[in-house]
Amino acid sequence: MSTQLPLLSILIWLPVAGAVATLFAGDRGARLTALFFSVATFLISIPLYTGFDTSTWAMQFEERVPWIESFNVFYHLGVDGISMPLILLTTFTTPLVVLAGWRVITRRTAQYMAAFLVMEGVMVGVFAALDAVLFYVFWEAMLIPMFLIIGIWGGPRRVYATIKFFLYTFFGSVFMLVALIWLYLESDGSFSLLEFHRLPLGMTEQILIFIAFLLAFAVKVPMWPVHTWLPDAHVEAPTGGSVILAAIMLKIGGYGFLRFSLPITPDASRELDWLIILLSLIAVVYIGFVALVQEDMKKLIAYSSIAHMGFVTLGFFLVFTILAETGSWKGAVIGVEGGMVQMISHGFISGALFLCIGVLYDRMHSRQIADYGGVVNTMPVFATFMVLFAMANSGLPGTSGFVGEFMVILGAFKADFWYAFLAATTLILGAAYSLWLVKRVIFGEVANDNVAQLEDIGAREFTILGILAVAVLLLGIWPDPVLEVLHESIAHLLQHVSISKL
Amino acid sequence: MQEILTSMLQWLRFDDMESVYLAIPLAPLAGAIVAGLFGRFITRGMAHWVTILGVAVAFVLSLAVFQHHVLEGAESYNGTVYRWLSTGDLTLEIGFLIDNLTAVMLLVVTFVSLMVHIYTIGYMHDDPGYKRFFSYIALFTFSMLMLVMSNNFLQLFFGWEAVGLVSYLLIGFWYKRPTAIYANLKAFLVNRVGDFGFLLGIGAVLLYAGTLDYAAVFADAPEMAEQTMEIFEGSPWSVVSVVCILLFIGAMGKSAQVPLHVWLPDSMEGPTPISALIHAATMVTAGIFMVARMSPLFELSEAALSFVIVTGAVTAFFMGLLGLVQNDIKRVVAYSTLSQLGYMTVALGASAYGAAIFHLMTHAFFKALLFLAAGSVIIAMHHDQDMRNMGGLRKYMPVTWLTSWIGALALIGFPGTSGFFSKDSIIEAVHMADVPGAGFAYVAVLAGVFVTALYTFRMIFMVFHGRERMDEHTRGHLHETPLVVTGPLVLLAIPSLAIGWYTVEPMLFGTYFQGAIFVQHENDVLFELGHEFHGAGSMALHGLTQPPFWLAMAGIATAWFFTLAAPGAGETVKRLSGPLYRMLVAKYGFDRFNEVVFAGGARAVGRLLWRVGDRVLIDGLVVNGSARLVGWVAGRARLLQSGYLYHYAFVMILGLLGLLTWWVVA
Repeated sequence: MSTQLPLLSILIWLPVAGAVATLFAGDRGARLTALFFSVATFLISIPLYTGFDTSTWAMQFEERVPWIESFNVFYHLGVDGISMPLILLTTFTTPLVVLAGWRVITRRTAQYMAAFLVMEGVMVGVFAALDAVLFYVFWEAMLIPMFLIIGIWGGPRRVYATIKFFLYTFFGSVFMLVALIWLYLESDGSFSLLEFHRLPLGMTEQILIFIAFLLAFAVKVPMWPVHTWLPDAHVEAPTGGSVILAAIMLKIGGYGFLRFSLPITPDASRELDWLIILLSLIAVVYIGFVALVQEDMKKLIAYSSIAHMGFVTLGFFLVFTILAETGSWKGAVIGVEGGMVQMISHGFISGALFLCIGVLYDRMHSRQIADYGGVVNTMPVFATFMVLFAMANSGLPGTSGFVGEFMVILGAFKADFWYAFLAATTLILGAAYSLWLVKRVIFGEVANDNVAQLEDIGAREFTILGILAVAVLLLGIWPDPVLEVLHESIAHLLQHVSISKL
Repeated sequence: MQEILTSMLQWLRFDDMESVYLAIPLAPLAGAIVAGLFGRFITRGMAHWVTILGVAVAFVLSLAVFQHHVLEGAESYNGTVYRWLSTGDLTLEIGFLIDNLTAVMLLVVTFVSLMVHIYTIGYMHDDPGYKRFFSYIALFTFSMLMLVMSNNFLQLFFGWEAVGLVSYLLIGFWYKRPTAIYANLKAFLVNRVGDFGFLLGIGAVLLYAGTLDYAAVFADAPEMAEQTMEIFEGSPWSVVSVVCILLFIGAMGKSAQVPLHVWLPDSMEGPTPISALIHAATMVTAGIFMVARMSPLFELSEAALSFVIVTGAVTAFFMGLLGLVQNDIKRVVAYSTLSQLGYMTVALGASAYGAAIFHLMTHAFFKALLFLAAGSVIIAMHHDQDMRNMGGLRKYMPVTWLTSWIGALALIGFPGTSGFFSKDSIIEAVHMADVPGAGFAYVAVLAGVFVTALYTFRMIFMVFHGRERMDEHTRGHLHETPLVVTGPLVLLAIPSLAIGWYTVEPMLFGTYFQGAIFVQHENDVLFELGHEFHGAGSMALHGLTQPPFWLAMAGIATAWFFTLAAPGAGETVKRLSGPLYRMLVAKYGFDRFNEVVFAGGARAVGRLLWRVGDRVLIDGLVVNGSARLVGWVAGRARLLQSGYLYHYAFVMILGLLGLLTWWVVA
């Protein structure tokens, strides 16, 4: 390992360097420069998968050098089966976002592209960081480019949305910072996450730390009732911003539960798992109903994202009930792995749906469902993609949307019939809001002159949606390669979680 | 190289059955992909040739499978194609289970699909979506084949939802029609309600059996029968009953049993060929097939069987009644499909799984025939589907007329036709069954015979006989449809008429389903019935003396009276039966109820949660509220910093005073 390239560092800093280069390239060359750097980053990230050792839960591709020695802070990077797929999701999505902004962003193009490249590097950093301070720095740094993306290239109410987004997430992360410092003091001066995992903690301590983490991650996921920033942020964000937000930023909340809450505070997690399960089920059912009545396409998909992320948190926190029911953590694997698959799949599907809405918005400058109707008549190729992604969103078998939901529902059944019952309502609600949207936007007679003048998607848009369609189908038809990566890490996590720290 | 060559040769000689199994679903899929994704690069002719070729390959290979398993009596095959995923202790695979039950389903699906493909050339001739249509029906064939070939619950669910997807796409094929895109959404959502139960059933199977593989689950079934689970605290239910009822809810959606039947009549918005293929012959029978496949589970739960038989009986009788008041030719056939699916379900509930599959097969032939014949009439009538505008078509369309008669006779179970053997067996089996609800079911299926004959011949007489009621323009253009349309009619009429003679004995009373279908000895009504069976011929002769025959004759006579002898009499009956008639026209109010309570209710709940929950409480009160609170506090605090010296001095004096007071008092 030692002779290898510092792959993770390259994946973090290459996009950042690319951002600088893009700024220097000026508005003209910005697109190509950004595309070059994002594609290069993606290509470089592939060895992460091909070189990944699926037989161990230990951290791989590790890098560790002292950073702030007086506080024992290390620049410590590494990935396991939980973080590696999310890094690939990040590097996979960014080139698509760069392409999506190709024509549409005419103002400050260079800054726009640079913001996304910085974003990419920082997000990879969040997933790769194994030092709490490093993690926190990346975590907060993530806010800045997104703040700019929504604030500069956003819609009319962008100021309200950015402030809401910023304060909400900042509010959550402050508590996390306190928890991290507490852990630093408890562990006699270490910021190592793996050290935190092993750290014995009392129950009261665990509960407080758990709640602090919960506030940070629940806002990010977002979980009900701290979700209301998301629809506003999505509606105001430019297409690319929405895609990154939905496809990757939300996943950081889910990742946090696996990397921090569960392993650091297993007993508090067991004590408070009912809370997470309750909030997750509310997300699935309550938000499902709310999504049904949205009149703005982006809001509808934003709400649908919240409902889908409910499956992630539900799957993660089923473990203790299953443990109590069956006495073995093995039965809980399906829930946690289901949650992971759901995160990846949701990255593809929500990203694709926001891109679809972007395609329509670029042409009509409206996101109101009522302004559309009969789009299939003028944009048949686009309609095919839209129907496919809507079906994936409603969890059709054969698409990635099915895999995670199926696994989590099966897992939920092991824990409690009623968990599964409520979670499975997504079968009806998800189909209802996704396909009703399709019915009103895509099908029917041409609704008005604007729709009549629509032009079907061009090669660039076809490429973006086509790549995502392949990803959605591939993961749906053959999810095993993704799951193989997860097994060891998840098994180790659950084994760790099933042993009390008290 | 040589290896490839030998394997190819082997393949052609059907020695390597595994490749044959694999090729059966993949051939139509390949056709669908070519016609669908590369549609813009090929001509219309190429689109229909490539898909027909795919389905024809599947049909020929299905014949080979039939030969191998049924005629040569090969062992059933149970094998894996690839591992879908593994997680924890669970491995989910895509794989095939090929036994006699699968073999007959393969033949039915590929044969009807092939007929429909050919027929479509004529029916969709002028449609701009020609290639898309072929791609969809080939994709449907693939999905349906994956469903019937599955050896596990995961793939079953995959096929289950995939046929639902294609059904959705095809009902909404004419996407400009508001009624079509309403119907397809409705169909998908109602099916999802069924799938909701189905998925929970799969969850229960996994929890209690620890696997989703059929063979392993069935082996575990007796153990499941002894376990109980408490869904509601304090009321232990048998696990196997819960599993079966949940799975059957899925079947109720797909096979359109009351109250999840509401989508099927509306699905007639789709083009007629798919009404024949999907909404009569194959997809809607998936639920029947599934229950038969799960017979080792259902046999262990009397509660589930009872639930099944009552649901089926209600559907068989009450949905048949609705057929009486329809004037759209396709809707009459649609309601008859609902009613016949009810008959199959009743057979399942009576543990006569063989009879259910037998009726599924004969029904696939004669119902596909009736739908395609209706389509032929619709072509001739220039897409007018109202029977009140027809009449006397017999002399213009002799082939359609004759084949329709054959279909109708089979549908009403006229002795000797295929439908007779299957339906009569069901009625007799129900008569013998003693599962709770069987008595009611017997009355319902017997009365249903009269109703079936009445609406079927009302349709036949209104369309083909009597006065010609169409306008002059239409009459001038009336002629028999082309060979691509009449050919499939004839090819379907042959099995509709004759297949019962050859199959009744092995399928019902022989060993055909041994190993594929499991029946408890005390439930085995078909075995009992076998004692009275002395060959197909004597069964047909005996049928002439039985009540079902006389009920059917009475139905035809009544139909003749009201349509041909005294056409005005219908109006009088309508008037006299006022509320009853209105109830039938309103379809018992199911649609209205769903529209108001479920669709309206869900939207109302959504609006309430959104406006009150999200906007007022969370955003209004908490989020913006705390922002306002901060603002308010800051505003107050600002007052303190007024900049006036005397304010500060005053506060200082107050503070000093307070401090002194405290000091003195303490």
